[in-house]
Amino acid sequence: MNARQLLAGIASLSLLGTVLFCGCEGAGEVGAEIGRATGVLSDSQADSVARGAQAVEKTFQDLTPEQEYYIGRAVAASVFQSYPPLDKPEANAYLNLLGQSLVVFSDRPETFGGYHFILIDSDEINAFAAPGGLILVARGMVRCCQNEDELAAVLAHEICHVSMKHGLSAIKQSRLTEAFTIIGAEAAKQVAGEELASLTEAFEGSVGDVVQTLTTSGYSRKQESRADAAAVEILRRAGYPETAMLAMLQRMDTRLSDSGGLGFAKTHPSAASRADALREDIVDTGSTVNTVRQQRFAAAMQSVVAGQ
Amino acid sequence: MRIKVVAALLVLFAGTALAGSLNVQVRNGKVRATPSQLGKVVADVAYGATVEAGTLQNGWYPVTLPDGKTGWMHESSLTRKRVAMSAGTGDAATGASSDEVALAGKGFNAQVEAKMKADGKLDYTWVDRMAAFQVSEDQIALFRAQGKLLGGAR
Repeated sequence: MNARQLLAGIASLSLLGTVLFCGCEGAGEVGAEIGRATGVLSDSQADSVARGAQAVEKTFQDLTPEQEYYIGRAVAASVFQSYPPLDKPEANAYLNLLGQSLVVFSDRPETFGGYHFILIDSDEINAFAAPGGLILVARGMVRCCQNEDELAAVLAHEICHVSMKHGLSAIKQSRLTEAFTIIGAEAAKQVAGEELASLTEAFEGSVGDVVQTLTTSGYSRKQESRADAAAVEILRRAGYPETAMLAMLQRMDTRLSDSGGLGFAKTHPSAASRADALREDIVDTGSTVNTVRQQRFAAAMQSVVAGQ
Repeated sequence: MRIKVVAALLVLFAGTALAGSLNVQVRNGKVRATPSQLGKVVADVAYGATVEAGTLQNGWYPVTLPDGKTGWMHESSLTRKRVAMSAGTGDAATGASSDEVALAGKGFNAQVEAKMKADGKLDYTWVDRMAAFQVSEDQIALFRAQGKLLGGAR
C-alpha cells in the first residue's frame, strides 16, 4: 500500500466512522464506495462493510414480529429450566381467559404468535414476560393477589412489558449487529454452515440477555413505571377497578419485605415507590369486589394458592 | 415559504394516513367486522398476505382483501415492509432485496430454532403446550359479561 492509498484509506475509514456515529442512513455505503473507489477495499470487502454498516444502524426495534416470536419461545424455554410450569389445566385455562380479556385492550393486541399465559411452580412473588407474548406467572405471585382484579393488574403489567418490547430492549447491540449482518447478506435465501452457526450464536446470546434481565438484573425503573401506567390504562378500558393495581402493589410491598428480597423484589423497584408514582393518576370509582369474579378466581386458583 | 412547508407537510401527512397496500406481519391475521378486538372475525389472512388499507382510525385500518371481502385490521398486525416468505413455502419472494427479506426466510426463525433443538440446547415441550392455549372471542365475551366488566373504551 503506497502513501496515497493509505491516506485515502484513513480518510474513508474516518468518514465511515463519523457518519456511523451520526447514525445517518446509507452512510456505510458511502464509506464502502470510497474504499472501493480508492482501491483500499476489494469489492467483496466493500460489500461486507456496506452490509455491516446497514446492520449497525438497526436496533431491536428492527426485529420483526416473527423474530421476536422465536426469541420469546427460546426465552420461555430457558426460564422453564429454573421455573418449571404448573400442569394445572383448569387454573391455566382461567389464567388465559383473564389474560386474553386484557390483551384485547392493549395497544398491541396482535403479536406474531399471540399472547399465552402459564403458571409456574415457584413460591417467588414473580412473573416473567417473554418477548412476543409468552407470560409466566409464579404461584407465589398468585398468592399475593386477593382477587381477580388484582391478578388482572399483574397480567396487565406483564402484557405491557411485551407490547413495549422491554424484553427485546435488553439484547446487546453487538449481537443484533452480528445477526443483521448475516441476515443482510444477499447471496442465499437460507443461511447454512458457518453462517447458521454464527446466527445461532447471536440468537443464543440475545436470548441469554433477555433471560438475564427477566430473572436477575431487571428492567429499568423507567420501563417499570411505563408498564405500570399502561397497565392501569388497560384495567380502565377493560372495566376493572384501577385501584386493584394499588392494592396489589401494597400487598406485594408487605410480603416482599417479609421475604427478604427474593423474586420480584430482586428485579423490580420497590412496590411502595411504584404505588406512590401511580397514586395520583388512579381514579377510585369506589367499586366493591364483584362476587362472580371473586368466586371464579377462588375456584380456579384454590389449589395453586394452597401449593398442591 | 412557511405556507409551502406546511402544505408539503400536509400532503406528506395525508399520504401517510391513506395507507395503500399493507402486509400481514403476524401468523394469523384477523379481519373483524368492527374496529374492535371484540369484533366478530369475518376472515383470516395468512402471514405475508397483502391487503388494501384505508385511513388509520384509532389503531384500526379498514381493509379490502384480494377476494373483495372487507373489514378492519388492527395496526399491530400490519406492516409496510414487504414480507418475503421462507423458501419452500410456495409463496417465496424472488429477487427481494436484503431489506425486504428482513421479515422472513433468514434470521431468528424456525431454522435457528431447529438448530437449537438439534443441538439439544433447549426443551420446547412446554412452550408448545403453552402456545396451544386458545381462547375464543365468544369465551372472552362471556367471561366479561358474567364478571360484569363494563369497560370497553376501545
